[in-house]
Amino acid sequence: MRILTITKRIFVEMFRDKRTLALMFVAPLFILSLMYFLFQSNTNTVADIGTYNVSSSLVKTIDNKHIKIHKMTSDVSAKKTIRDKDYAGFIKKTDGKLTVTYQNADQSKTAIIKKSVQMALIKVQMKQLVTATKKSKTGLIKMQAQLQQIKKQLPSTMSSQIPAPSAQKNMQKPTNLKLTQHYLYGKSDSSFFTTMLPVFLGFMVFFFVFLISGISLLNERNSRTLDRLLATPVKRSEIIYGYLTGYGAVAIIQTAVIVLFCIYVLSISILGSIWVVLLICFALAMVALSMGLFVSTFAASEFQMVQFIPIVVIPQIFFSGLIPVANMAGWLQVIAHIMPLYYGASALTDVIQKQASFSAVIPQFSAILAFLLVFIILNMIGMRKYRKV
Amino acid sequence: MDAVVTVTHVDKSFNKKRILHDVNLTASAHEILGLIGPSGAGKTTIIKNIMGMEQPDDGKVTIFGNRMPNRQVLQRIGFMAQDDALYESLTGRENLKFFAQLFGVKKDQLNERIEYTAGVVNLNQDLGKRVSNYSGGMKRRLSLAISLIQDPDLLVLDEPTVGIDPELRRQIWDELRKYAKDGKSIIITTHVMEDAAECDELLMIREGHIITHGSPASLEKEYNVDNLEQVFLKAGKSNENSNNN
Ligand SMILES: Nc1ncnc2c1ncn2[C@@H]1O[C@H](COP(=O)(O)OP(=O)(O)OP(=O)(O)O)[C@@H](O)[C@H]1O
Ligand SMILES: [Mg+2]
Repeated sequence: MRILTITKRIFVEMFRDKRTLALMFVAPLFILSLMYFLFQSNTNTVADIGTYNVSSSLVKTIDNKHIKIHKMTSDVSAKKTIRDKDYAGFIKKTDGKLTVTYQNADQSKTAIIKKSVQMALIKVQMKQLVTATKKSKTGLIKMQAQLQQIKKQLPSTMSSQIPAPSAQKNMQKPTNLKLTQHYLYGKSDSSFFTTMLPVFLGFMVFFFVFLISGISLLNERNSRTLDRLLATPVKRSEIIYGYLTGYGAVAIIQTAVIVLFCIYVLSISILGSIWVVLLICFALAMVALSMGLFVSTFAASEFQMVQFIPIVVIPQIFFSGLIPVANMAGWLQVIAHIMPLYYGASALTDVIQKQASFSAVIPQFSAILAFLLVFIILNMIGMRKYRKV
Repeated sequence: MDAVVTVTHVDKSFNKKRILHDVNLTASAHEILGLIGPSGAGKTTIIKNIMGMEQPDDGKVTIFGNRMPNRQVLQRIGFMAQDDALYESLTGRENLKFFAQLFGVKKDQLNERIEYTAGVVNLNQDLGKRVSNYSGGMKRRLSLAISLIQDPDLLVLDEPTVGIDPELRRQIWDELRKYAKDGKSIIITTHVMEDAAECDELLMIREGHIITHGSPASLEKEYNVDNLEQVFLKAGKSNENSNNN
C-alpha cells in the first residue's frame, strides 16, 4: 500500500515535469531517427577513383555501383590527383604493375576500393586460368590449388557472379558457377542500423532510466523529503520498491513507445515477440533504475550524478555488442560479463534479429535479474545511512 | 506523570567536534516541553537524536518505552522538520494526502483529516495550489499540518512558529494546548522567548549543554528575575562559571 502511494507520487511528479517527460519519450525517438538516417546513407557510399593506363577491360571489371571511375589521360602523380580532386583512390599501371593509392580518409571507401580491385583481379586471373586449362590438362592440379586459395580470399559477402570451372568431368567446357547468397537473419538490405537497433534500444532505455531515477532520488535527498519520509513508519524497502515500480512503469511506456516507433515509423522488422522485447527492456530498466538509485547515494548534486555517466554508462556501450565480445582479449571479456547492458543487448539481439523465444534468452535474462537483486540489496544497505531501522 | 520520551546521557559529535554534551530530558504526556537556545546550540541535533534520524554516540533515547531508532514508534510521532521538506510539484492537498497514506490513515477519514489539519493552520483555501507557489510561511504551516495528519500521540516540532503571524501563532498555541490537555506530549524548539513562555517545561540549551530547566514561572523565581530572557542570561553565566571551575 505504501509502495503504491510512493509510486503514485512519482507518477504525478513526473507528469508535471514536462521537460523530463520530453527527455524520456521524445529524446530517444529523436536520437533513433537521427541514427537511422545516418547509418542508412552509409549503404550507398560511392568512392571516386582515378585511373591511368589501366586497360579498359580491367576498368570495366573493377566498376560497380559503389565506384565511380575517372580516367586520366596524362601521367599524373597519384598523390597529387587524390589531393586535388578529393578522390578516394588512384590506380596506375606501370610496366605491368598495378599500383593502388588510397586516400584513406574514409576507411569505408578504402574498403570498397580494396574489395573491388581484388575481385576484379580474381576475375581476370580466373579467366586466364580457364584458358590455360583448355590448353593443358597438366595444369589442372595447379589450378585447383590456386582456385582453392582464391576461394579462401573471397570475402563471404561478395555479391557478384564468379565464373569458375565446375567439376572435373566437364572441365573441358567451363560453365558459369552462379553464386546465390542466403541471409540467415535479416535481409540483404539490412543496414548497420538494423543490426545495431537492439543495442541502441537497450542502451536508450538503460541510459535515460539510470539518469532520471538517480537524479530524482538525489532530489528527494537534497530537498530533505527523504529524511521526512524516513520519519514516517515507511520501510526502507518500501521506498526502494516504490521507486522501482514508479520508474519501472515509466520505463515500460518508454520502451513501448520506442519499439512501436521503430516498427511503424522506421519500418524495422522485429522477428521475435514484442512482448519478450518489452520484458527484457523492462528488466534492463529495473537494473538501470536500481543502479541509478544506488549511485545517487554517492553524488551530492545533479552535476555529480552526471559525472557518473562516463564511468557507469559509457563503458557499457563498448560491451553491448557494437564490438563483438567474442573477439576481445580475455580480460576484456571478463569485464563484459559484469556489464548489465552486455546481457540486455545480447538478449535483445537474439529476440529482434534471430527470432529467439523467451526460453532461449533465459540465461541472459537471469543474469539481468541477478544484477537487479544485487543492486536492490545494495540500495537497502545504502538507505541505512539515513535510518538504521 | 507518564514519561513519553526519555533522553539519557546523550552525547553527539560531528567530525570530532562535540555538539551535544550529556543531554538528559523527559517529556511527559499532558505537557509541552520547550527547547530554547540560540542558533547553533544543538536543538535540531537533539530533535534528530530523539527521532532516531541520528544515532547518539553515547546514551539512549526511549519513546513510549521503545529504544530508538524504532520504525513502529514513528507511527505515533508527528514530526515537523526545521526545513520544510515538501514535494514542491504537488499541491498542498496532495502533500497531506501522501503523508496521510504513508501513516495508513483510513480512506473514509482521509478527507476529514486533511480538512481538519489544514484548518488548524488556516490553509484550507490554498490546498489546491502547488507548493512551489507557496510563500515561506505557508510552507511552514503545511509542514505543521502534515505533522498532525495521523493524529499522533507525540508531536516533535522544530521551530514551528517561524514565519507565522501573531494571530495564527495564537491559534496554533491554543490548538497545541488542547492536544496537551487531551494527553498528548509535545516537544518544540524555539529561540523566541514568547514561545518559551507558552511551554509547561523549559530546557535552556547553550553550546550543547542543558544549562537549566523547569517551568517558566519557577525559573523566573529561581533566578529572581521577571522574564525568561534574564533567566537565560543568568543561567548561561552561572553555567560558564561552573564549567570553568
Ligand atoms: N550533520 C552535521 N554535520 C556536521 N555538523 C553539524 C551537523 N548537524 C549539525 N551540526 C553542527 O551542530 C551544531 C548544532 O546545530 P543544530 O542544527 O543542532 O543547531 P540549532 O540549535 O538547531 O540551531 P538553529 O536555531 O539555528 O536551528 C552546529 O554547530 C552545526 O554546525
Ligand atoms: Mg535548528
